[in-house]
Amino acid sequence: MSSRRDFIKISALGVGSTTVLASAARFGFGSPLEDILGLPKDEFPSFKRYPTYCEVCFWKCAGWTHVDMDGRIRKITGNIEDPQCNGRLCPRGTGGVGMYNDKDRLKKPLIRVSRNGEQTYREASWDEALDLVAGKMKTLAKKYGPESMALFNHGSSGHYFTHLLNAFGSGNIAAPSYAQCRGPREVGFETTFGDSVGSPEVTDIRDTRCLVLIGSHIGENMHNGQVQEMSDAIDKGAVIITVDPRLSTAASKSKFWLPIKPATDIALLLSWIHVLIYDNLYNKAYVEKYTEGFSQLKDHVKDMTPEWAYGITTIAPDVIRATAREMADAAPSVIVHPGRHVTWYGDDVQRSRAIAILNALLGSWGQRGGFFFREGFKLPDYPCPSYPTPSWSWKETLNGRYPLAKMAVTNAFVESSIPETGKEHIIRGWIVSGTNLTIAMPLKESLMRAVQSLELLVVVDTMPMEITGFADVVFPECTYLERYDDLRDSPHREPTIALRMPAAEPSYETKPAWWIARQLGLKLGLDAWFNYKDYKEVLDWQLRQVGSSLEEMEKVGVKRLKRTKGPLYIGEGEDYSFRTPSGKIQLWSKELADAGFDAIPSYTPHPEPPDGYYRLIYGRAPMHTFSRTANNPNLVALMPENSVWVNPKVAKLWGLIKDQKVWLKNQDGVISTFPIKVRITERIRWDSVYMVHGFGHHHKPLTNAYGRGVNDTEMITRVMTDPVMGGTGMRGNFITFIKEDPRKEAIS
Amino acid sequence: MRYAMAIDTRKCVGCSDCVVACQTENDVPIGFCRDWVSETVDGSYPNTVIELRSERCNHCEYAPCVRCCPTHASHYEEGGIVVVTHHKCIGCGACIQSCPYEARYSHPEGWVDKCTFCIHRVRKGEQPACAAVCPTKCICFGDLEDPNSEVTNVLKNRKYKVLAPEAGTRPQIFYLV
Repeated sequence: MSSRRDFIKISALGVGSTTVLASAARFGFGSPLEDILGLPKDEFPSFKRYPTYCEVCFWKCAGWTHVDMDGRIRKITGNIEDPQCNGRLCPRGTGGVGMYNDKDRLKKPLIRVSRNGEQTYREASWDEALDLVAGKMKTLAKKYGPESMALFNHGSSGHYFTHLLNAFGSGNIAAPSYAQCRGPREVGFETTFGDSVGSPEVTDIRDTRCLVLIGSHIGENMHNGQVQEMSDAIDKGAVIITVDPRLSTAASKSKFWLPIKPATDIALLLSWIHVLIYDNLYNKAYVEKYTEGFSQLKDHVKDMTPEWAYGITTIAPDVIRATAREMADAAPSVIVHPGRHVTWYGDDVQRSRAIAILNALLGSWGQRGGFFFREGFKLPDYPCPSYPTPSWSWKETLNGRYPLAKMAVTNAFVESSIPETGKEHIIRGWIVSGTNLTIAMPLKESLMRAVQSLELLVVVDTMPMEITGFADVVFPECTYLERYDDLRDSPHREPTIALRMPAAEPSYETKPAWWIARQLGLKLGLDAWFNYKDYKEVLDWQLRQVGSSLEEMEKVGVKRLKRTKGPLYIGEGEDYSFRTPSGKIQLWSKELADAGFDAIPSYTPHPEPPDGYYRLIYGRAPMHTFSRTANNPNLVALMPENSVWVNPKVAKLWGLIKDQKVWLKNQDGVISTFPIKVRITERIRWDSVYMVHGFGHHHKPLTNAYGRGVNDTEMITRVMTDPVMGGTGMRGNFITFIKEDPRKEAIS
Repeated sequence: MRYAMAIDTRKCVGCSDCVVACQTENDVPIGFCRDWVSETVDGSYPNTVIELRSERCNHCEYAPCVRCCPTHASHYEEGGIVVVTHHKCIGCGACIQSCPYEARYSHPEGWVDKCTFCIHRVRKGEQPACAAVCPTKCICFGDLEDPNSEVTNVLKNRKYKVLAPEAGTRPQIFYLV
């Protein structure tokens, strides 16, 4: 947290207690800046700026890249016109320059070769590397069909490879952001309101009177717009209620912090529902007009009293009642936040449903200070032929499981890539773009088996992430500051479009993803789908269809547009039809019942840590985006490694001291590759430990990140998969401490 | 004119954006910083409270660093901004020793460096980089002698404290609590 330079021991006493007025000689009003800042006059910085939107996380804040007269990228600032950031980037966005300056970047295409029986990489020309990949893809298509190629992606570059694979004849496109992150939330809200929460979330935090966070740590997850709005809400006196076994930053700013026993959230949510219904606190007009299934819900929660929940959650009944009342008082300007990374215990769709139902009872969906209706601006697609229809697609990889999955499930792709599983539909080749699967996904064993089975693995990245070490071919991508990309058109309160343009030429031999995908397309004979030479042509064409141009966007960066598809909120007494089969909010879900799942959520106990073990909880730090920033020199300077948070009682029991390095061992005997520093803090429950995700890199080319801290997903070998949509619940792993280097014995 | 900052600890999330923004704005070498975030934790679980603070040079009214500087490199600019004239600084480090806030460091190129309140921006009427970037808008910068400035008003209406008041330096960074 504290990002001090090397500490210099000084004594504050040296100042003396008597104050002496500074002599007039110490005043130098109006000194030339050149003197004060130590710059020769002719080198006083004068910057040119280019519009961009950020690629350090998915929030995609629009900003300006400032370049000095030598063409050096000096800083990135927010675009004041962008409602997603209001001119203020977060630390990662501000630190995006580090992504560009990182000396460890991938520089040239790499091809795996065997040399004297050892596998290594050799540098190759773009032409050779592209030829190799295209040739291999053709062979796979001939042998197994084009469907045998799959894409794992995250971020802006994914679109070009999606387009490539779709044109090639495969619909196997997956992103860890679904089954490892927010998928359950979307299904939970879709089955209730007929609409997803989306990204950026449709939470009207700015105007809320009560914000309820269930394990969501806004402020540590630095999703810019939400953090800004939470700050506005604090200013306006909104009540914040945080449910978290850890005193998160958000919890520390809350009127109520409920230090819940982990894995019991559904019990708390159901008891809140009970109080709202049985204490007559729910929003009756809203419930009567817009929902169905209320009587079933009422019966279902009859016995789920705060007293019942107390025994499960350790939250006192009067606190449950008081917080329920706070919510009801604020309704409908209340948000029980859906969270973002919600793949915890394998019943995550049901937990998300409970959150959605709570919001429905409070009447907050479609209300000011609750949830608003988003609107985006649909840019026309650049003309190209329609895609061929694949003979099978991601749905087939599910083998009849996860009936409500709306997107491909990464873990199902991994299983389908292991031929020995005897599956009918086997994936033989992967393109991995912008996601470091080895750190992003749990279940390393099956991931490694899949990786070993593949006939082709292509990785596109800016950094030598762990996953590049398994690739047959590595394509070095330039950073977002060196390329054009698709226009950002993410929907929110008002439609906007934002442009990303290069502020510098691509460094080394790196190339933009659109170029890489296009070259592969041309080599695969898919010319008709890549009917442009430069992506600028696509952007300009799209913009001209809607009355703008690339030239205009290069000047402004962001364009705000008027809403045309209706208001932000439901009008008073309006006959609003939700996008559910019946047009009503589903308190009792037919869709879930028909698929064989609980129509109303229930609480099920989850495994608890054995003696001497602690539940592993992980989360985010505001200055990092997973492994994407773990090597960024500017951000590493702020937080070079993660630590394991341990309650002082536990530390005493184990004789742990501050900053001591320990190895972690999980319930399955897996020992962490590296040790991790102990942080002894009253901010964490005694039955849990906490660490920030994205550290513990074991790939030596990442010189700033190598060996720093522990990779939490390495410790996650037990996954509770959500039967509804395939989400990988990762909070059921327990760790213990090893104080001596466990590898010492092996070495000696 | 009396420049000051009021920093709202109720809103600060400790993200350190102020640190990175300062770094890129002022070309602070990596590994050093002119501002930083500190966290204090009090109480025991679950009655725990934390305070997050973005800290930097306090631009003290009675700045010991200015007083002890043998070459007058450290001096006051208009509005009480304490700055170091690089070419006058001999890097002796007396100021570093004298500062109760540990706000100064030796720049690898030989002079002593610290927060300038982004004087180059302030003279153009802009906010310091840290205040301009803060996602929670918890840093309020302005002129205390202007009765209508936001910083004057916020200090009139909110409880606040300063760090190390016992040092008697009259610091100009105020923490709203």
